[in-house]
Amino acid sequence: MQFGIFSVGDVTPDPTTGRTPSEAERIKAMVAIALKAEEVGLDVFATGEHHNPPFVPSSPTTMLGYIAARTERLILSTATTLITTNDPVKIAEDYAMLQHLADGRVDLMLGRGNTAPVYPWFGQDIRMGIPLAIENYALLHRLWREDVVDWEGRFRTPLQSFTSTPRPLDGVPPFVWHGSIRSPEIAEQAAYYGDGFFANNIFWPKEHFQRLIDLYRRRYEHYGHGSADQAIVGLGGQVFMRRNAADAVREFRPYFDNAPVYGHGPSLEDFMAETPLTVGTPEQVIERTLRFREYFGDYQRQLFLVDHAGLPLKTVLEQIDMLGEEVVPVLRREFAAVRPPHVPDAPTHASLVAAAKAKEQAKEKATEQAAETASGGTADEDVEVTR
Amino acid sequence: MTRRKVVAISAGLGVPSSTRLLADRLAAATGEALRARGVEADVEVIELREVAHEITDNLLTGFPRGRLRQVIEAVTGADGLIAVTPVFSASYSGLFKSFFDVLERDALRGTPVLIAATGGSERHSLVLDHAMRPLFAYLRTLVVPTAVYAASADWGSPDGSRALRDRIDLAAGELAALVAERCLTERPDPYGEVVPFEDLLSGG
Repeated sequence: MQFGIFSVGDVTPDPTTGRTPSEAERIKAMVAIALKAEEVGLDVFATGEHHNPPFVPSSPTTMLGYIAARTERLILSTATTLITTNDPVKIAEDYAMLQHLADGRVDLMLGRGNTAPVYPWFGQDIRMGIPLAIENYALLHRLWREDVVDWEGRFRTPLQSFTSTPRPLDGVPPFVWHGSIRSPEIAEQAAYYGDGFFANNIFWPKEHFQRLIDLYRRRYEHYGHGSADQAIVGLGGQVFMRRNAADAVREFRPYFDNAPVYGHGPSLEDFMAETPLTVGTPEQVIERTLRFREYFGDYQRQLFLVDHAGLPLKTVLEQIDMLGEEVVPVLRREFAAVRPPHVPDAPTHASLVAAAKAKEQAKEKATEQAAETASGGTADEDVEVTR
Repeated sequence: MTRRKVVAISAGLGVPSSTRLLADRLAAATGEALRARGVEADVEVIELREVAHEITDNLLTGFPRGRLRQVIEAVTGADGLIAVTPVFSASYSGLFKSFFDVLERDALRGTPVLIAATGGSERHSLVLDHAMRPLFAYLRTLVVPTAVYAASADWGSPDGSRALRDRIDLAAGELAALVAERCLTERPDPYGEVVPFEDLLSGG
């Protein structure tokens, strides 16, 4: 099972000091968070993509390329890459390029984006969000798998004899997750392609995500990629930890109360009761996270949101230290102990290359056998004829 | 015996509240009218005041929590709805509107609704037809022809009380008729049956 950090990349004032970091500080902070994730043994760092203040990460592959050069093992991902407003041709190229630079340590999570004004800045219309996600991904999927593509659709100029460069590393495209908060169409899309499905799991009560993930699993099986419990599921979650639960609550409360998304609304206690937000000790985080499996089934990737609501970098790095040293080792052990053997891990570049090779060998073997059978048959017939 | 569920919601704020009082009377009259038609009636009266914080939180976070979830389930699962608001600044109250703002789209499609309002003066009675009726038309509900407005005079004077009682009975009878005859159409479950991907791909 993979564990990691996902960052929205918001520039939010620290409510306890009133200080707002500069864009430069926030961008460097995101890099520091990724490096810390690798240092403490986490598997994944995923950045958001946004094109409006107060967010900084408008150019994910630039940031991830830089992080790739400074890390060895960390998988670089996104949360999410905008499949609606980005040209799928550019996504194909950017992430294939990143794949080469990062030696395959790349996957990505596609999402639609829910900010209406962003769409027209890129020549699109939010009302076409779902059709854009469907068509753009269908093209992206082909661009990574076919060397020469002829294509025509509703939303971009046609392509004739187009080759997206560079080609994916080792001929294997990056693994794709589809993120959705409420759209059954996106769960269906992920199931159709046999891709991963990520439920951010942050704001809604679990019953909602249970239905969405259940739909994805059911349809994954329907499309013949494996049984429902073999579908590739990722979940978000947000945590704030201190040695002592009361200290965690006291320190985090002003950040919660003023957070851009849920601030000035429910109390911290109410929100914790109804969403995966856990503010407490590492043990409480472990206990809560282990329960996700009971709600959603065995899953492959757990991402934590830790750098939100204006928390200072120092505090965020302490959170990642605790995740790496105390939480994730226990979660790895506990999840592995209860996981049935037929449930796969999340695909990585290495596993996808191995699977492609195995498929190729199986195909060659089948061709050889077919040839042998065919030649054997002909010989017999020859004998018959000679007689 | 057929069974139907009717929910009355009151956006009244005072304790006691004349809005709640009107909701109670409409609920009781509807229950009686249903029983007169041979229909067993479960009638529940809900005060929005009790979930006012949760309604505001829902506006901010996008999801209902706590008791509000049960209230939404009760309202959207009811065979008939009685909606009663005090008149605030020439319209329904903000709390009343906020509750309907947090419902999912189409959550009340086809539900029979009786609308009612209270106010200090009868001068505001057109709020029923100029504010509430359009709101419930937008929500695709079936609003019964008779709406009920109760001003201070209707509670106090003998003539007013009689007129109010007659009006309550008339409106309740209309609602009961729709509720009793209502053919329950299952609202589609977006996570149950999905549009197959090939259809999505071909723009279906």
